[in-house]
Amino acid sequence: MDLTLSDEQRLLRESAERFVSETYTADHRRRMASEPLGFSNDLWKQFAELGWLALPIAEEYGGLGGGAVEIGILMEAFGRGLVSEPYLSTVVIGAGLIGACGSEAQKQALLPKVADGSLCLAFAHSERAARFDLAEVSTTAWKTPNGWRIDGRKTAVLDGNAAGQIIVSAQVADDNGVGDLCLFLVPADTAGLGKRDFPRLGGGRACNLELRGVHVGADALLGDGGDALPVIEAVVDRAMAALGAEAVGIMQTLLDQTLEYTKIRKQFGRPLSANQVIRHRLADMAMNCDEARSMALRAALMIDAEPVARGRAASGAKAKIGKCARFVAEQSVQLHGAMGVTEELDIGSYFKRLLAFDTLFGGSAHHYRRHAALGGKTLHT
Amino acid sequence: MDLTFSAEERAFEREVRDFIAQNLPAEMKHAQSLTPSVFSDPDIGIAWQKALHARGWGAPGWPVEHGGPDWTPAQRWIFEAECARAGAPNVNVMGVKMVGPVIIGFGSPEQQNFYLPRIRSGEDYWCQGYSEPGSGSDLASLKTRAVRDGDDYVINGTKIWTTHAHHANRMFALVRTNETERQQDGISFILIDMKSPGITTRPILTIGGDHEVNQVFFDDVRVPVANRVGEEGKGWTYGKYLLEFERGSGIASAKLREALKTVSDLAESEATGRAIDDPDISMRMSEIEVDIDTLEMTELRVLSALQTGQNPGAVSSLLKLRNSEIRQAVTRLGVDVIGHDGLYVEPMRPFYKLNEAPGIPEEMLPVVPEYLNSRAYTIFGGSSEIQRDIIAKMVLGL
Repeated sequence: MDLTLSDEQRLLRESAERFVSETYTADHRRRMASEPLGFSNDLWKQFAELGWLALPIAEEYGGLGGGAVEIGILMEAFGRGLVSEPYLSTVVIGAGLIGACGSEAQKQALLPKVADGSLCLAFAHSERAARFDLAEVSTTAWKTPNGWRIDGRKTAVLDGNAAGQIIVSAQVADDNGVGDLCLFLVPADTAGLGKRDFPRLGGGRACNLELRGVHVGADALLGDGGDALPVIEAVVDRAMAALGAEAVGIMQTLLDQTLEYTKIRKQFGRPLSANQVIRHRLADMAMNCDEARSMALRAALMIDAEPVARGRAASGAKAKIGKCARFVAEQSVQLHGAMGVTEELDIGSYFKRLLAFDTLFGGSAHHYRRHAALGGKTLHT
Repeated sequence: MDLTFSAEERAFEREVRDFIAQNLPAEMKHAQSLTPSVFSDPDIGIAWQKALHARGWGAPGWPVEHGGPDWTPAQRWIFEAECARAGAPNVNVMGVKMVGPVIIGFGSPEQQNFYLPRIRSGEDYWCQGYSEPGSGSDLASLKTRAVRDGDDYVINGTKIWTTHAHHANRMFALVRTNETERQQDGISFILIDMKSPGITTRPILTIGGDHEVNQVFFDDVRVPVANRVGEEGKGWTYGKYLLEFERGSGIASAKLREALKTVSDLAESEATGRAIDDPDISMRMSEIEVDIDTLEMTELRVLSALQTGQNPGAVSSLLKLRNSEIRQAVTRLGVDVIGHDGLYVEPMRPFYKLNEAPGIPEEMLPVVPEYLNSRAYTIFGGSSEIQRDIIAKMVLGL
């Protein structure tokens, strides 16, 4: 039992925090908002040089073989600067899916490109009717003589416009009916792929995807065609742990800024922070930040556990951090007074990013339910 | 980083588990399961303390020269967790966990030699004289006076909320030995024999129907000056040191998990018509379980910092706050789970010595009293409001 950072981890944290604080200013964010991709390709190349893109990828594919804790360290630093580069969609989810179920040839072809920064990925899975149910997919892949034909609609595909390859989930179908849920690699320029790209709440971009008679080759099928749901669940759990760490960075920044503001802002002849009602609110915010930190770390440390324990840790973290994040975000705005609801302060951007965090992969209620459903009688750890 | 315990720690866990299996009688476990108050009654509490002492585990947190078992923080955590899991009695903490560390830290060698072995063995049973009718959260305003008269102090005044004063043979108390400009500077820490002439104890029943706390009156009670711990006027410092232990004492998550398991078992039983099938109940169950996971993880982070010689910082207030809030949420859920059976009142105590079978399933008896008594959790040991003041000051630097 050791929850302290190793020297390498401490170094990673320091360099990431330094890089983020020097680069990701409010000005930078404003510039990125008008970029077509929502982020900077130059910075993405720097991420590659720093080894961040290779971090969780296995060593035989040009990676560094890092784990969820290292990802969490990076994501927390990213949260502090509201980094909008497609790290989650490309490295955590995209490379995660390929690493977990891709064929040897697919891993050899794609993972080194992720690691060197030349390929971005996106995961097109969620559909409007499914809400947050990972198993519900109506997009269909029909077997054709040369490969597959995919039809369907995907919603809120993170960084879909930046991706060279989009990983699309679909139910495999033939004349006998619907089969397993499978994943397909769809190159971004494939005919029949319609993208409605939009700026994403809290920074970055996403798109809605329409697949109308999209033809891909037989080698587009990711892996051996077995049921991909367990892999999707595992990778989404990993993504939620990473997002939890990012939320911690965002929350800590909001707390720091709000604390500073309440010390400086004077009303009735004294600083806001001299009032007990304000001090207690700040104490509650600090507690919520600390609890979120505990749960993000817990989810990361349990990410390689068996699926039920892993799923409960990830859903527990998503639910709890979501609740903490909402509190910290809303109180930050509240304690900034009217300025808090304007675009003139930075805190609005952090607020919106936390709102996006809460929505992604389902909110607290959804994850408390999943936690309960997975639970059975496992109240003992 | 690693969330799992080492092979040695696992072996220690088995050792503790085996010890409990051999030394925790079924009747004791049953009695504990029917105890709705914070601490076990002495008939089971002291018996358990004596069993632990016989194994050399009577004072887990103490240094080895005073009879501690020389455990690492992780071993202490495992020990507490295993005791909670097994449903062992919740021994009154006033001796081993509260006055013990103060005597070790600030007592004279004579005091250490006399008191410490008797605390470990369960021979002495302690109560805490801190709060007074006029001094709750504002403890430093306390008025119980100790006036020097030769080799004695003569004590007059009253203490309140004194847990188990009616069972205890000794009290540690904060008393005013001096009127100073700064109230804190006139306070001393003193050890009182409860059989001293002039002490009377009045029971106070809690809303749960339990007699756990008391008011204690001092009427010209003579206490030898030799019973003062440390220097005169430094009692506040020692008392605060002790409160740190009271707040952070522990390992609350394992006990909470056990309490939630009891509620969960009830919710899954036919006796409650399977309350768990109510989506609101199962959702709250999950929510509380996640809160316990969170508290446990924070405890482990503190533990890990201690193990590596780092200072975990002012987290004891945070742990105390969340422990008390979760305790209240668990007990409230219990009330909702048993439904109509919560209306049944059993005035007799203890529940494990009733003469006839109650009108509801026995295991439901403590549910409502536990909830009612748990309202005290956010008040004792420094109310939640005081804890938030401390966090604002110590953590946020306000």
